[in-house]
Amino acid sequence: MALTGLEIFKLLPKTNCKKCGMPTCLAFAMQLAQKRAKLDDCPCVSEEAKQTLAAAAAPPMRLVKFGKGERGVQIGQETVMFRHEEKFYSPTVLAVTVSDKLTGEDLKKRIESINALQFERVGAKIGVNAIAVINDSGSADAFAAAAAQAGESSGLALILVSQNPSAIAAAVGKTAEATPLIASAKADTVEAMAKIAKENNCPLVAQAESIEALAELTEKIKSQGVEDIVLSLETRSLRDQLYGLSRMRALSLKKVFRPLGYPTLSFVTDGDSDQQAVAAASLICKYSGIVVVDTVEPYAFLPILTTVMNIFTDPQKPVQVEPKVYSIGEPDKNAPVLFTTNFSLTYYTVESDVEASRVPSYILVVDTEGTSVLTAYSGDKLNEKAVADAMAKYNIEGQVSHRKLIIPGYVAVMSGKLEEATNWEIMVGPRESSMLPKYLQEVWK
Amino acid sequence: MSVPEIAESFIGSVTQVTLGATEEAGGTRSSTVTVGGSRNVVYGGSIDDTGQKPVIAMDVLDVRPDDWPDALAQPYEDVLDSPADWAKKCVDEFGADLICLKFDGIHPDKGDKDASGAVKVTKEVLGAVGVPLILWGCGNDEKDNQVMPKVSEAAKGENCLIGTVAEDNYKSLTAIALADGHLLITRAPLDINIAKQVNILVSDMGFPLERIVTFQTTGALGYGIEYAYSIQERQRQAALGGDKMMAMPVICDVGYESWRVKEAKLTDAPGWGAVEDRGPMWEATTAICLLQAGADIIRMRHPRAVAAVKNFINQIWAV
Repeated sequence: MALTGLEIFKLLPKTNCKKCGMPTCLAFAMQLAQKRAKLDDCPCVSEEAKQTLAAAAAPPMRLVKFGKGERGVQIGQETVMFRHEEKFYSPTVLAVTVSDKLTGEDLKKRIESINALQFERVGAKIGVNAIAVINDSGSADAFAAAAAQAGESSGLALILVSQNPSAIAAAVGKTAEATPLIASAKADTVEAMAKIAKENNCPLVAQAESIEALAELTEKIKSQGVEDIVLSLETRSLRDQLYGLSRMRALSLKKVFRPLGYPTLSFVTDGDSDQQAVAAASLICKYSGIVVVDTVEPYAFLPILTTVMNIFTDPQKPVQVEPKVYSIGEPDKNAPVLFTTNFSLTYYTVESDVEASRVPSYILVVDTEGTSVLTAYSGDKLNEKAVADAMAKYNIEGQVSHRKLIIPGYVAVMSGKLEEATNWEIMVGPRESSMLPKYLQEVWK
Repeated sequence: MSVPEIAESFIGSVTQVTLGATEEAGGTRSSTVTVGGSRNVVYGGSIDDTGQKPVIAMDVLDVRPDDWPDALAQPYEDVLDSPADWAKKCVDEFGADLICLKFDGIHPDKGDKDASGAVKVTKEVLGAVGVPLILWGCGNDEKDNQVMPKVSEAAKGENCLIGTVAEDNYKSLTAIALADGHLLITRAPLDINIAKQVNILVSDMGFPLERIVTFQTTGALGYGIEYAYSIQERQRQAALGGDKMMAMPVICDVGYESWRVKEAKLTDAPGWGAVEDRGPMWEATTAICLLQAGADIIRMRHPRAVAAVKNFINQIWAV
């Protein structure tokens, strides 16, 4: 639990030496409480005070990393229940299962199909982040072989799923340098599993049937020296899973209940691809740090990966698109040219309506710092100069042979000045983007 | 190990609203639908606090849609010209809880049909199905103000949900909904303050707060859904905090929004999977996300998406 300024003050030297830059120790304590100063700024602080303060300052939910290098992933360190309060911190890690019953060509194909689940969306790359190797065979050797193969044929992070400590030991033996996530330790295997995790410096999943049992289990794991823990609540239904995840999140964030201060993992391996996608989407929204699915259908992944992207967007920052000329369809020299702003919502609305018109077009995106047409206009971020500059910068003149520019209906008032600034004929488009198809089909012709 | 209690005492809850009127209540519906009633955030507290289960309203258009992608039009091929048969199919075959009759055809740019046609369609659909109806205008204020009062009158006593009214156009529809015994949808453009303002305006006209459903407008997955998502979450928190002007159930328009995005429509998209699968899944996922933020009524279109979402709802809200 965060300490108050007075509680911190009691731990300070109380010498008012001013070396921290503050007039008094009390003032410094107040700044610390508000996270506006660092404890390191005080050269005289005692070791004991440092430890007490560090423990109190530890985030309520631990950050856990696994995988290696660039493709390594991290989960946890969330701070809020609702995304409008503050950005959700670690985007959900999506993992796909690989059964160790697969061998040879089948195993290779399965891994390839998982590797292929990478997409590009609005200029960002999104994709599956991890492979969960499942010890279906019951054999430690088969498990180790499948894990080794997954590690070799894919750069994705690994999750090793077995209830058998000797199978885990065998698989970790072949993949330790890739820092796999070990899944999982249960009450009866906790000593053996924690030992493997400790020796190989791997994070460990704690798995139990109730939140109370999970809390007990993480304390045991911690007492064996493993601090990177992931929670997995075994439930009989998706409903129990979702309610359990919400309760654990509230316990860790609102109550700062340390035994549950870890990120979470959920399995969605029942049902067809549609059902898995739907369940995964709900778990992404409601607090599962990792979601493991069975399907490898791209049609199911595109929406669930987009869900991760949207839910983890920073709500304080308007999402922007890159200012440039976008080609919709295959426009030629006679295609219409429209402009709009770089606020992503504005742009995508215009884009989708221009697409719906089936008239190949150019959309010029003017940089308005992520504001909508009217907001940008009233803030003078959208004026004749901004538009003329963008037209020159992205060489729109070189792309079409005509000189006609369609402008948003809401800024019809800038027509005159824009015409002077550009020497282009200004055509006032509709106020509402939804009228663009009709406009392009009927007026533009 | 014992864990701390999370005892949150909310002073408010989401209003419970019943749609449709059976014969005893002066209508002709064979059943009614009740939504709202949540006493906590989604998945907060115990399952008893969750309120009524969310419902799906399937869209039926008053005219044959000419811009629906093949994958969406295909399940309705035989009924697109007959709103009554279309509605019947949605209820009998696809399990629609409600029918949302959307009057696209009265829009000046989309057919400009007059009120008599809209009234006829309303009566036909009322006769064809027993579920409660949502009656949704075309979005052109002037035309809606001309036609929707007639539509309202044609469904008098049926306790339909009618809309939408907005900050700058609410008077005529609010008055007529009040007179004809309907429930009202108040709309705001992704702005929680305007949402509250519209509710205040219509309640100042004497419209009862417990007969309102709010529409915050909807963004599809990938196209602004996070705005709608957060506004809905904030609305739920306002309701739980006791703000009567924000305690209404929420309706979302998922069908229309998700079927206009390129991920649902683009046929030639290597690596994205077949378009027949992609569209329904885009619609289903959009609906699922909004359910996590507390949606009560979801307008949807594709039967496969409806099936997936109903399956989810039944898993979570089953008693």
